[in-house]
Amino acid sequence: MLRWASHSLIFLLAAPILLGTLIASLPAFGYFPPLGSSEFSLEAWRELFEVPGLTRSVLISLILGVLTPLISLTLVFLYLASATESKLDLWIRRLVSPLLSFPHAAAAFGLAFLIAPSGLLSRIISPGLTGWERPPDILIVNDTWGLSLLFGLVVKEVPFLLLMSLAALPQLQPRHRVEVARTLGYRPTIAWLKVIAPSLYPLVRLPVIAVIVFASATVDVALILGPTLPPTLSVRVLSWFNDPDLNLRFLAAAGSLLQLGVSLITVAIWLVLEKFAGLLWRFWLAAGNRNTGEGLAFAIGRSAMPLVLIVIAGSLLALLTNAFAGPWRYPSALPSSWTMQHWANSLADLSSPLFNTVLISISSTLLALILVVATLESERQSAKGRTTALWLLYLPLLIPQLVFLFGIIVLTEFAGWQANLGLVIFGHLLFVLPYVFLSLSEAYRQLDPRWTQVASTLGASQLKSFWRIRIPLLLAPCLTAVAIGMAISISLFLPTQLLGAGRITTITTEAVGLTSGASRNLIAVWAVVQLSLPIAGFMMALFIPKFVWRNRSGMINTR
Amino acid sequence: MTNSVLELKDISIALGGKQLLEIDCRVGPGEILTVMGPSGSGKSSLLAYIAGFLAPAFESSGAVLVNGTDICSLAAERRRIGLLFQDPLLFPHLSVAGNLRFAMQSNAQQKSQAICDGLNDIGLAGFDDRDPGTLSGGQASRVALLRLLLSAPNAVLLDEPFSKLDTQLREETRTLVFDKLRASGLPTILVTHDQADAEQAGGQIRTLL
Repeated sequence: MLRWASHSLIFLLAAPILLGTLIASLPAFGYFPPLGSSEFSLEAWRELFEVPGLTRSVLISLILGVLTPLISLTLVFLYLASATESKLDLWIRRLVSPLLSFPHAAAAFGLAFLIAPSGLLSRIISPGLTGWERPPDILIVNDTWGLSLLFGLVVKEVPFLLLMSLAALPQLQPRHRVEVARTLGYRPTIAWLKVIAPSLYPLVRLPVIAVIVFASATVDVALILGPTLPPTLSVRVLSWFNDPDLNLRFLAAAGSLLQLGVSLITVAIWLVLEKFAGLLWRFWLAAGNRNTGEGLAFAIGRSAMPLVLIVIAGSLLALLTNAFAGPWRYPSALPSSWTMQHWANSLADLSSPLFNTVLISISSTLLALILVVATLESERQSAKGRTTALWLLYLPLLIPQLVFLFGIIVLTEFAGWQANLGLVIFGHLLFVLPYVFLSLSEAYRQLDPRWTQVASTLGASQLKSFWRIRIPLLLAPCLTAVAIGMAISISLFLPTQLLGAGRITTITTEAVGLTSGASRNLIAVWAVVQLSLPIAGFMMALFIPKFVWRNRSGMINTR
Repeated sequence: MTNSVLELKDISIALGGKQLLEIDCRVGPGEILTVMGPSGSGKSSLLAYIAGFLAPAFESSGAVLVNGTDICSLAAERRRIGLLFQDPLLFPHLSVAGNLRFAMQSNAQQKSQAICDGLNDIGLAGFDDRDPGTLSGGQASRVALLRLLLSAPNAVLLDEPFSKLDTQLREETRTLVFDKLRASGLPTILVTHDQADAEQAGGQIRTLL
């Protein structure tokens, strides 16, 4: 029974993703019976390469795919190299996981409202510093080379890579190693970069590759911050896919395969850069410099993380201000009055997407939790130890969403299924599963085996000790995993949009849909709702154990 | 009184081809057999083998007989072998009474009475609703012992259960544990580093190399 669960977990993840990727290629070569075409041809590809501005779209996606991880990882490593045990650092570490739950779309909107020509930042420094009496006529958000998109992606990925690095660090005993290097005369930041960075990198390589794939193929963030003339490849593929002219489906299919190619090439470029960096490091290590660069590395490292936090806080502030702003003339830093009107206007439209969002996130997360716990339980009870196939969990993060979701849709169209809620929940499950697994597995594996042994010697069956001992002891990590899973589900745009065929709306799809045309105030209301949902989840994950175990000191002190 | 007999028949445990231990012995009702030996001599593996937790990486053979019946094919929870670890390991999410109730098979009415009597007996009357996290080390050890006794085992294993207590407390707890186990007529195997434990146990002593 448990074995079955662990196999089905792997199957659930791997089959639709691999199959989807394969199936997505059929229409690209002209084969798509639901649209009456059952002969293979290269027509779609010919069409694709004639699309104006395609080279530029591809180029932007490639550049984003390389620069986002490069900048983010550099900032994270420099920060870790220069980090001390100061209050600020403890505070930053505590903030990392809640920051991760800031949905992509809401974060992107917040950033747009912060840095736009008429945004919060421009208002704060005008007219005092700039002399601007009206918003300058420059393209900041949606700039042609995707710089604001790059900025947005970096701000979003830095907390992710930081969390992954912090999780991997303890096994390297960084303090001990740095101390050894310092006794050999290395300055602290240089010491970290020389003795920790080379062994930390392999441990965070998979998350870095996930960042590459995400950055080169992102849709929702690109819709909000990305260039429009022309947009990134992923955004164009989505627009072909959503086009009422069904013949564009073939073009979309070819485009999604191209997207897969672009993401793979980006990863390949990264692997080459990796080799190069490896050589550089070896040279640098052998050179034996103990001081050179210490000041610069330290300065960047110390300022980068507070800067990222300030940008995120500023985005949040920009969202909140816009959501409650009355009349707000440029260049006033604050609105002349505050109002609830935008909320009153949105209330009627919010209810149905809100209901869908909650329903989809709870169902997909609970399904994921059951599968993950069953898998971990089966791993615990079996003599074989860890299932090696579990790397497959990363699949949904390593293949561009657009590609395999597209394939899943083609598959459902072959089968003649209509878009429905079940399909959307299943789509969310694919993305929620890896995060629930990643967040719960360590706690589950590290639970002291003696608890179960004591229960067994007292005559408790596996089932009894599971429900009465292991689940209660792991209540807090389970709830955290649920909160993370729900946050992921809430932030998902593409699976809902594609598998729901636009008929099933969530807060996220509606908010992203507002990008073109709606007022900032209205968008801000939706974005605030979107980001408060995961916060509510994390609050519950924090307070439920505190309440349940209020008279159990052993349950609180150990965490 | 239980009056059961625990016999270890030609037990041999090896890891990766390296012989860890061999033992053959009989422990009668109320007797305490002490197993001594340096760390790494396989003392804990022996207890794990008897209780049914030995990791599959170990190669093991030999029979564990309780009242003449081999229990080696039974799952750990069916062997009715009680085990005290170095730490009391009271379940932190259950109250003291909850911990005791978890170990018992009988119905609710009998449980409450037995818990009340048991706590009285170990000098912790009225501790039913206490949070185990608030107990002192000695109190927690006593509750762990009571929990073990209430689970009605046929034999008991002690895995250095006094090593984490300070000298004064160790003396008291040891006396209490040994007296209770003898009075219950349980055959007991004690694993320890401490010569004083072995002396006070007063039974056979086996030394592993």
